Amino acid sequence: MSTAATSLDLEKRFPGVTPRDSADCPAFNVPTADIVRVLTALRDDFGYDMLVDIAGIDWGESASPRFAVAYHVLSTEKAAYVRLVAPCSGDAEPSIPSVAGVYPAADWHEREAYDMFGIRFEGHPDLRRILMWEGYPYHPLRKDFPLAGIETDLPDDEVAGETGVRVKPAPMAGGPFVAPQAGHMTSREPRARDESWNEKSEKPAD
Amino acid sequence: MVSENTEFTYNSKIEGDVVVTKADAVVNWIRSHSMWPMPMGLACCAIELMASGAARHDISRFGAEVMRFSPRQSDVMIVAGTVTYKMATALRRIYDQMAAPKWVIAMGACASTGGMYRSYAVLQGVDRFVPVDVYVSGCPPRPEALLDAILKLKESVNREPSVRNLLKAGAR
Repeated sequence: MSTAATSLDLEKRFPGVTPRDSADCPAFNVPTADIVRVLTALRDDFGYDMLVDIAGIDWGESASPRFAVAYHVLSTEKAAYVRLVAPCSGDAEPSIPSVAGVYPAADWHEREAYDMFGIRFEGHPDLRRILMWEGYPYHPLRKDFPLAGIETDLPDDEVAGETGVRVKPAPMAGGPFVAPQAGHMTSREPRARDESWNEKSEKPAD
Repeated sequence: MVSENTEFTYNSKIEGDVVVTKADAVVNWIRSHSMWPMPMGLACCAIELMASGAARHDISRFGAEVMRFSPRQSDVMIVAGTVTYKMATALRRIYDQMAAPKWVIAMGACASTGGMYRSYAVLQGVDRFVPVDVYVSGCPPRPEALLDAILKLKESVNREPSVRNLLKAGAR
């Protein structure tokens, strides 16, 4: 794997690109505005012909830039990966240029990142939610969103009117549920860390 | 006085072409012996549901082998798998399209309680949307458990006051 060559070439051609700590494949930090050009260059000039994944990152409410997007591209010829990470502009309403024009595979990955993090991909051909329903008011993988969820309306008004059901937070009952890593296999099914409280008997006040 | 007659079955020579029974028993007998399932396969439980329908477990022994993918033609909806809120509204619509009388089997931990998915997206038990008649435990349940659920449902259908329900529905 020609890690050094790729690294040097990318940085020479794009002055804003800097190397990034990585435990496995070569990784780079890319400025927001350069991401489309860098990925185009990786595809056309370096042979990274396959987009494997696009992932949103939320660094926490206090961080700035709060959101980033990580791209993994693969060269099917060299069997080598490269990871690019680009910060999003805007912390309240993050946005980044779409790369769906470079890799068609980016379409659904970007929709997922938009759904889960609320990152707007500028220039995306069809930026709709992909997992949650249209009109869901939150972005579930943001750090400030509780795992149990927030009470809201059902996607279907008709069914909501008939059943009277709303989207309710899931009962966590001391969870999230974790599997103990020690002990016999039979006793290692996932359990809440603190089982002293549940829906019936409330969590004691601190 | 002990009768000489040891013939307990129906004898048309003695009783004529008449069977004396209760209307409930007849209606329930008809209903419970051919319950066509609506396979609502949503996750891995659906694989066990398919296994139940296949040769080894032979669900047709209990009259439930005709899996109908049209809600109009089915009697019992088998909810097999994780129900998300997004899917739950579709599930409710399908349930509404089923013709009465209709029953629901919640198959497996997810359909019964949300199972291991304690999260924002997953409905914590399908009984919040549709009335459930039988819950099946397991993750996923073995096909035997599903067959047992069908037998349990049969028992419960046989106890229904069907005629009274029919008359009540007619009066409405």
